[in-house]
Amino acid sequence: MTVVVVICAVLATLGAAFAIVRAEKGPSMLDRTVALDVVVATMIVGVALYAAANRRADVVPTLVVLSLVGFVGSVTIARFAAVEPEGEGRVRTREEIAAEEAARAAAEQEALREQPEERDELHGGQAEGEVR
Amino acid sequence: MNNWWDTVADVASVICLLGGALLALAAGVGALRFPDLLGRMHAATKPQVLGLVLCLIGLALRLRSGGAVWALVLVALFQMLTAPVAAHMVGRAGYRTGKVRGDLLVVDELTADLERARSGGAAAEVDRERRTDSDDIGPL
Repeated sequence: MTVVVVICAVLATLGAAFAIVRAEKGPSMLDRTVALDVVVATMIVGVALYAAANRRADVVPTLVVLSLVGFVGSVTIARFAAVEPEGEGRVRTREEIAAEEAARAAAEQEALREQPEERDELHGGQAEGEVR
Repeated sequence: MNNWWDTVADVASVICLLGGALLALAAGVGALRFPDLLGRMHAATKPQVLGLVLCLIGLALRLRSGGAVWALVLVALFQMLTAPVAAHMVGRAGYRTGKVRGDLLVVDELTADLERARSGGAAAEVDRERRTDSDDIGPL
């Protein structure tokens, strides 16, 4: 039993590791979502393996919770998926982020100077990039 | 006699657990290697339903107690309810944001259908307009 559980754990860990690599590379948010779904499913498999190895029935509620919660993330992200420009999917470097922040701050200053009385109305409104 | 049954149940449970773990590995490899979103979703389905059910059967055969087994049935039921919802949302969002690669598809009935609906005359046009206006129950 122990040998088989160790083999199963290695297989499941490898699967989760590959899925995490895909979540890191994934060109779009949706690819990452799918990869993280795989990770959640593998987590359920791992908890089931643990329960089977030690004959512990008390971790079964964990399985129920994982199977219920696992899909919330992907549904939420799918709801807000947007058309991403080319290259949007990769992680940006520090310099790019700094340049973007500077440009955004400058634009904000400009907007404030032009219409200072409307800055309270920036809140609310619909989320950008929502899928219709 | 009792001992014999225990051994059989343990062996069956081990086989089921191995199958579940193998499917988890296959899903990881598939999610990593497949070229587009739909292919990755296809691979991801394996541990979500079949792999999970195999693992739960293995666990149930190992635990062999009534209450735990009912909870495991509940887990399988929830997963079968939620996995298609998530897959539907992801697939729909992927199609609408252009993540589906048409050159990899053998059959693409949705695109053909949408084009036919677009060129289907004024009545269909109005109908389609109304449907896209009302929240999110679009042509998909």
